Amino acid sequence: MQDFDVIVIGGGPAGLSAAISAANAGMKTIVIERGDYPGTKNVMGGILYTTPTAMVPEFWQEAPLERPIIEQRIAMLSGEQSIMAGYREPEWAQEPYNAHSVFRVPFDRWLAKQAEKAGVMIVTETLVEDLLYDGEDIIGVRTGRDEGDLGAKVVILAEGVNNFLAVKAGLAKPLRAETVAVTVKEVISLPKEKIEDRFCLEEGQGATIELYGDSTAGMMGVGFIYTNKESISLGVGALLRPLIHEEWTPNDLIENLKAKPYVKRLLQGGETKEYLAHLIPEGGYANVPKLYRQGLLVVGDTAMLMNSFNREGSNFAMISGKIAGEVAAENIQNGDISHNAMAVYENRLKDSFIMQDMHHYRHMAKFFEDNPHLLKMYPEVVSKAMKMYLTVDGVPKKKHQKDIMKMVFENRSKRGLIKDAYGAWRALL
Amino acid sequence: MKLDDKLFLIRFNTDKLSHIKIADPQVCLMQCKDKPCTRFCPSHVYDWDEEEKRISVGYEGCLECGTCRIGCPYGNIDWHYPRGGFGVSWKNG
Repeated sequence: MQDFDVIVIGGGPAGLSAAISAANAGMKTIVIERGDYPGTKNVMGGILYTTPTAMVPEFWQEAPLERPIIEQRIAMLSGEQSIMAGYREPEWAQEPYNAHSVFRVPFDRWLAKQAEKAGVMIVTETLVEDLLYDGEDIIGVRTGRDEGDLGAKVVILAEGVNNFLAVKAGLAKPLRAETVAVTVKEVISLPKEKIEDRFCLEEGQGATIELYGDSTAGMMGVGFIYTNKESISLGVGALLRPLIHEEWTPNDLIENLKAKPYVKRLLQGGETKEYLAHLIPEGGYANVPKLYRQGLLVVGDTAMLMNSFNREGSNFAMISGKIAGEVAAENIQNGDISHNAMAVYENRLKDSFIMQDMHHYRHMAKFFEDNPHLLKMYPEVVSKAMKMYLTVDGVPKKKHQKDIMKMVFENRSKRGLIKDAYGAWRALL
Repeated sequence: MKLDDKLFLIRFNTDKLSHIKIADPQVCLMQCKDKPCTRFCPSHVYDWDEEEKRISVGYEGCLECGTCRIGCPYGNIDWHYPRGGFGVSWKNG
């Protein structure tokens, strides 16, 4: 059996970041990836924040990035109507940037190359089937290859959202329809001039739009539109429980979004190049698994590290991976990979903004789960109010305002409004 | 755009072996009235075969998201990753 210091299971953003930081600290490190190369099994909406990738200095010079994001819009859809807000900062088009749109396949392939440069060995087309134990101690992994057992001092589990091995090792609970969102996405090609004209962008700049309300037929979830160099990534995700309950198919949901007047015009003339599907771990703080044990650390989606409100899945993945690689290396060098020594990883995550943000938004999942009316009723009420207020019809504004308040209270009692506002305040602030 | 036309755009390296099993077909026939797997799967891998009275599984078109394993109300879908190197191979991701 070949022996390594660190075995990383999974060549996504979390696993590759873990491998790079372990190898940089002098560890003999291997990444085991089931796809034909790192990236081909990986899907995300498409926004990558700049900070975590900065472990490769000035990565923007060479990494395959699409567009630097200079504008973020939020839309609420109600039937044919839409309500918009946005923020633009042209400085984000320059170094050090804030975020870029990316495609996982080329980006992860590039990140894997950086790992190889750091000395990491990458084995592809290989599925890890189980962890290897000596008594209670983890001593390596069993792959699907003949004579495919590999030994390691520390295993870093970056298997993605489908947490087979984490469950098998007794660290995580099985996923539930309340803790995952099914997301589908289309990559729709458009000439770059059209993208820049339609989104009011200077050459090469990018914009994002997150769409709530009728974008998901009022289900807990979000639609998104991200600009790439010569395409648009359009997607929609909804929690699996309401999706099943309301009998939607994911494809009908994305077609429903594409048909909205505001969205349709942005995509017009575009050609769909790829249709993708992926689960997003939405369990939040309460469903974060055990993150460590003797000889093992859990990172990224497998660790349920996700702030979907600020779309920071890949961000959390890369940073948790980096910390895990460092802790693995330190513990190996100190000759202590016991349960207690591995706990350093959790402590560092808790000290970082990752767990602080997870904790900050800990009430959000439950708040939306308990209040399914929020994304159905409010977009409609606000849209009606906007229409009443903005329609000029010879009626005095004071009367309009009175009618609006009447309409609002017909939809939701004063008590209900206060309850929702308090709930939102508690969940988000 | 129809789902079939979208699935046509996706690159697969199809294994001869299926990576999906219906654990107990009797559960689909006798207990499961609603058959939600025929809806929630993003690539419509699951279809009710009225003649054979069972769920037919088109594993070749699986996008490997894992929804079925979690969504089946009876935990009756035994879904795993395809063997290393097989299955969907995204172009963009």
